[in-house]
Amino acid sequence: MTLDASAAPLLTVRDLHVSFTRGGHTVQAVSGVSFDLFEGETLGLVGESGCGKSTTGRAVARVIAPTSGSVVLGDIDLTTCRPSVLRRERTRLQMIFQDPISSLNPRRRVRDIVAEPLDIWHSAKGQERTRIVTEMLEAVGLDPVLAAPCYPRQFSGGQCQRISIARALVMRPKILICDEMVSALDVSIQAQILNLVEDLKAAYGLTVLFIAHDLAVVKNVSDRVAVMYLGRLCEVAGADDLYRSPRHHYTNALLASAVEPDPDAPRTHAPLQGEPPSPLNPPSGCRFRTRCPRAEERCATEVPELREIEPNHHVACHFPVEIRDRAA
Amino acid sequence: MSTSAPDTAVAPDAGTERPTSGELLEVTDLRTTIRTPRGPLVAVDGVSLRLKRGETLGIVGESGSGKTVLSRSIMGLLPGRGTMLTGSVRFDGQELVGAPESLLRSIWGPRIAMVFQDPMTSLNPVHRIGRQIAETLRLHLKLSKKLANQSAVTLLAQVGIPSPELRARNYPVELSGGMRQRVMIAIALACGPELLLADEPTTGLDVTIQAQILDLLAEAQRMRHMAMIFVTHDLGIVATRTDQIMVMYAGRAVEFAPTHQLFANVRMPYTEALLHSTPRMGNPSHTRLAAIDGRPPDLVSRPPGCSFAARCPYAQDKCREESPMLVADAAEPDHFYACWYPRGTSTPVHPQGAPSDA
Repeated sequence: MTLDASAAPLLTVRDLHVSFTRGGHTVQAVSGVSFDLFEGETLGLVGESGCGKSTTGRAVARVIAPTSGSVVLGDIDLTTCRPSVLRRERTRLQMIFQDPISSLNPRRRVRDIVAEPLDIWHSAKGQERTRIVTEMLEAVGLDPVLAAPCYPRQFSGGQCQRISIARALVMRPKILICDEMVSALDVSIQAQILNLVEDLKAAYGLTVLFIAHDLAVVKNVSDRVAVMYLGRLCEVAGADDLYRSPRHHYTNALLASAVEPDPDAPRTHAPLQGEPPSPLNPPSGCRFRTRCPRAEERCATEVPELREIEPNHHVACHFPVEIRDRAA
Repeated sequence: MSTSAPDTAVAPDAGTERPTSGELLEVTDLRTTIRTPRGPLVAVDGVSLRLKRGETLGIVGESGSGKTVLSRSIMGLLPGRGTMLTGSVRFDGQELVGAPESLLRSIWGPRIAMVFQDPMTSLNPVHRIGRQIAETLRLHLKLSKKLANQSAVTLLAQVGIPSPELRARNYPVELSGGMRQRVMIAIALACGPELLLADEPTTGLDVTIQAQILDLLAEAQRMRHMAMIFVTHDLGIVATRTDQIMVMYAGRAVEFAPTHQLFANVRMPYTEALLHSTPRMGNPSHTRLAAIDGRPPDLVSRPPGCSFAARCPYAQDKCREESPMLVADAAEPDHFYACWYPRGTSTPVHPQGAPSDA
């Protein structure tokens, strides 16, 4: 998919900060994240645990309140608008979570779970409500006659994830935020759900923010991919471009660490030693500098800003990876 | 029962002969039945395998395929009540199925060790990690307290834990997931086992940490000439780090081959489906995945015929009626598969039942 950079983005996130305070310590989970989400695209947000990718997703959906920064949907800033406006706007922005079983109320029937947003907004009753629920269940590949009267415990993880998707789509949102939605599923079921997301995206004209740790999964569904490390974005580029020629040293290491089901793939050794520093006390300057092979003095003193080094390829690094010297 | 040094064999039972083949582990027709309220569930259904010293076997399957139950059955780590184990597990000539617990205890640790998926629940949260490693050494190797503590620090250093003297005094909760898994590996390696069972050792870890742990295991195996069984759901992890792979589906081995042959010439449709449904970084984005419709059968009321028939795009009537045996490929005698209408080109020879006939 080609992106028209001149088009106005559907969602604009600027300088988003989220910090949590506990026991006198402040964890900077997200420190200045900015990105645009264009209509009809899937933006993958990838990173390791603790990098702040889920917190970013939650702050965008206003499940949690950001410490500072702005999230603009259309022409409304979700961080500053009145609660009643936020409530209305949120129906256009739905979220799907990792654990499909715990995100469904075990004591409610599938038809009521799916219809709950309709009930809240009094937007459909009686036969109309049943019709919409039937349509949504069919759209996610469940048999409405069999599924509607059942409880979540009667379904497998993959089927519960389908129910979650039906619930998220029932208000016809513009944006879907998927937070590790296939991580708990087996490969064969994961493929079903990923294909379903692609189909629904086309059928309902959705724009997707797809948050996951699995590099291959993210590449499969995304048009563009953003890589996150310790609360900041390192690199944002088109999916094929980013995986072919990563320019940030962290992206490069991340890609080299991934395993592929191919016995002839070069058996690379762990390209990164050690573990990410604590977000309680992140390194000065570039947050990756403590593990970066190219780090110099400047990296400790000056925070690298996300800049466009090639068309549609943004990287936050003072010394980006040269195309020639990429690690194998 | 007296505990012997790791490299001296424990006293064999009467009638046990020494193996001549050099196989460290021989599993024959192993069947694990678990009693459930709905009836007996055959979690592992007639699995056979052989493993030599220094070799690595990957066992791959989705959840519920029986891969974890198989690895625990091999080790004899199943609760006695409600679980029935038949068949044979011979470890260095010693029969483990039905062996008294005293014998198993002398083997667990010094000769067969296990690394589990979840390092947090496998470690004791109220003991310092150094003590947990030293405990193994004192029990099995009869080391003095002082020597055991010193060895624990050495082991922590060997598994790549920075400042091991300080870390030995930490509690598990003070360590990250990757560090805890290193501690688990240190405990498993403490007594120099001949066979290491790693059950999803990197699931739940980040990719950069996973790469470190996989390197660590490979290095430990090479240094100690250990045999290793790698249980995982991820074909990617076993593709470059195993000598042979067994693919399990619904409690049965459905394909078993040397790693390169398996990937080069997939015969079983389930293995093929697993490969095609895995997203790959090498493919362009938005590549349509070949999803497998449906889900695995209920193991309490298993349908007749091939367990995969209901999801298999190539299934015919025979598949739904008769259960295929594991047969050897005519062209590749090390390559076994259980399928009436295999993928690929060569035709099978007559059924042989188990890879042990190879």
